[in-house]
Order: sequence, then structure tokens, then C-alpha cells
Amino acid sequence: MAKSASVQLLGSWASPFSNRVQLALKLKSVEYELVEEAFYVSKSDRLVKANPVYQKIPVLIHDEKPVCESLVIVEYIDEAWTGKGPSILPSDPYERAIARFWAGYIDEKLETASGDEEKFAVVGKVLEGFALLEEAFAKCSKGKAFFGGDEVGYLDIALGCFLGWVKVAEIIGGGKLLDESKFPGLAGWAERFLSHDVAKDILPDALKILEFFGKVQAARAAATTAAE
Amino acid sequence: MAEELKLFRTWSSRYSLRVVNALKIKGLEYETILEDLQNKSASLLEYNPTHKKVPVLVHNGKPICESLLILEYIDETWKQHPLLPQDPYLKAMARFWAKFGDDKVLPSIWSVFISQGQEQEEAIALAAGNLKFLEELLKGKKFFGGETIGYLDLAFGWMANLISILEEIVDLKLVDRKIFPLLSEWMNSFSDDPVIKECWPPRNKMVEKFKAMREPYLKELHETEVMQFSLSS
Repeated sequence: MAKSASVQLLGSWASPFSNRVQLALKLKSVEYELVEEAFYVSKSDRLVKANPVYQKIPVLIHDEKPVCESLVIVEYIDEAWTGKGPSILPSDPYERAIARFWAGYIDEKLETASGDEEKFAVVGKVLEGFALLEEAFAKCSKGKAFFGGDEVGYLDIALGCFLGWVKVAEIIGGGKLLDESKFPGLAGWAERFLSHDVAKDILPDALKILEFFGKVQAARAAATTAAE
Repeated sequence: MAEELKLFRTWSSRYSLRVVNALKIKGLEYETILEDLQNKSASLLEYNPTHKKVPVLVHNGKPICESLLILEYIDETWKQHPLLPQDPYLKAMARFWAKFGDDKVLPSIWSVFISQGQEQEEAIALAAGNLKFLEELLKGKKFFGGETIGYLDLAFGWMANLISILEEIVDLKLVDRKIFPLLSEWMNSFSDDPVIKECWPPRNKMVEKFKAMREPYLKELHETEVMQFSLSS
């Protein structure tokens, strides 16, 4: 039985990738220590040691062994604590492949979107993504509440962690992204996910994120000025 | 019920080759559909509407896309000759490094291949940094998978095939035996494996193909040099 001290998460309440890991740990009722990394300011020695390749959060450290990359960590949690709590991934190999496919798609879409400085390009990419994910939701949920079916699963975690950020983008941009008339399936799912026990205490709300975002911008501007 | 297994691929796709190798290791019979990426078949577009890419494995009518995901699917569906380790931590490591290979190693090698001069020097340093991680991984092991070829070997398999081809074209050592002895040895062991050997695409065709892929980058550089010369004179 894993003791709480033997599971550490180098992460941050403000990072959606970190949130993914927190959601998975919550689903499995695994006790852990959250070590807040001020990732937007600098990389701590502890982080660099745990993740020499990318030097990024989240990193799960289980019995002193580090696991990096949020989706790899979520699968690891599912497998290391098999039999404890619900399964995160589906049991059928084909359904697992589909869940992994869409999770990979989400990250790839984000990566290309975050490279775009131009706001409309980012929004365009997000909407394109939502259209496909609306279809994916219909296929994966098979009429049930979540991508994972009756219960929250891998794909719910992979996408759900961004819902606060979607709201922030809507506030800043002033437009509805997750429009229920365009994406009824996803919009309904988002509401259910945000009010689910697993997500309620972990996912930060839009205003908190907005405040955090402002802080990051200020910190980065100060760093740039100091460097000049 | 007879299994219906089809693989959509191209003759040279390094991602498709991973799946070819995996199916061979598992001893599975399947039908190959060779695609021309300039003229994709309706079936490919139907099975992979999101990315429209190869490889796609179709098992009893159900398509699976993305080569690394296909490897996991194959491993979970057919239990003989396991490709991934059983231990969750080792499995996580295999997945992490496979992604690192695709996200970082491959692009950095490619950068060396298409660049020249100062840019190439910098690209070489970046690629070497990435390769160092792989060299570390092989300590005390014959293959990334241990004693036998596994998921991570298949994920890195493109190196064993492609690196020497790229080296020949750019006339540069990308994986120096003196600096990367374990990686060099792994490339030989992997290539010499009878299952892997059988599946290599024809080398001369590959050299021709990659030479052609490099052309536009050489042309671009030449044009830039001409511009700089005329501006400075």
C-alpha cells in the first residue's frame, strides 16, 4: 500500500497538464503531496533533476521514480493502481486506441495553436478541434454522460482540464467558443464534468486563471525589462 | 472467425515500418494496401479522416491510426511475443522515450539533414544532445527492450535504417561510433535481426528519395547566398 509521502506531484494548480494528473490521482483515491512549482518564473533544481529532458511540470514521483508527460502519467496511474477505484482507460483494446488517439489529437492541436500569435488563428484551430471532438464525444460516450461512458475516464481528463481556460478565452475574446448550438454534446459534457466531484476541487475557475495569467504576464514583462 | 487485418502504408514510411515489424514479430497474416500519398485512396480517407495519413491498421473493419498507438493495440490484442514491458513504470518509460524520439530526436536529425553551414553546426549539437539520452538508455542492454526487440526498438527503428542513408547524402557522421558506441551497436543488432532485415525498403530507392527531398533546401540556401553576395558588393 503506497504511503502518501511516496507519491509526489511536481506541478501547479494553474497548469491544466498538472490538473490532468491531479484528476487521475483523485479518481484512484491516491494520497499525494502537491509540490507547487513556480513554473512561469524559473525551473527549480528539483524539477530539472526530476525531468532533465523537458524540465517541465507535471512530474509524478512515485517511490522516488519520476514519470513525465501528463498523458503518460495518467496511464501510469491507471496501471500502477489497478484495482483501486475505477479504471481510467477503457478495457477494450480498440476503445483504448480511440481514447489515446483523441487525447493525442488534443495535445497536438494545442501545440500548433499555442505557436500561433494571431488570435483568430488560435480560435480557428480550437473551433476546428471542437467540431471533431463533438463527433468523437458522440462515438465514445454512446449516449452516456462522459467520454468514458457512465463514469469519467481518460479522454474526459485529457480534455476537461482545459475547460477553465476555454472560459478565460471566451472572457478575453468576448465570444462563445463552446457554443451549445454548435457543439451540443460537448457543451452538455462540459457542464457535467465541471460539476463532477472529481473536477470540482481541482479545476480552477476562469477568474482565478485570469488573475494568474495577469500575474504571469507581469512577471514575464518584468523579466524582459530587467534583461534589457 | 478469420481475423481480417489490413495495413494501409507506403513503401518507405518509417511509421508504417514500425507496424510491419510488429505484425511480423507477432506472426500475424494481413493484407497490405500500398498508398500513393499524392493520390490517396478513398478507403484511406475514410479510415483516417482526421489526419489522412499512413499507417492505418484495419482490424475486422475497425481502423486504428497513429503508429505508436497501433503498436499498443497489436500488443494488447495478440499476447504472444509481448512488445511492451508488463511493469507499469517500465511501460511509462517506454511510452515517454518513444514520444521523445518522435517529438525531438527525429526533427533534430532532420534539421541537420536540411541545413548547412552555421545552422547545421547548431543542429548537430542539438541532435547530439538528444542522442546522448538514447545512449544512456542502452547501458547494460542489447536492445531498448532488453534481450529482445520491443516497442521502443520499433519506435526508434527508423534510426537503424535512415541514419546511414542521410549520412551518405550529407557526407557527415550523425551517429559517431566513438561518441555513441552503444547506439551504433544497437543500430547494427537491430538491422541484423532476421525479422527486421526482411522488411527494409530498398536502399537505393531510399537514397534517391531523400536526395530529392533535400534539393529544395539546398536551392534555398544557394539563393540566399547569391542575395547576400549581391547586397554586399
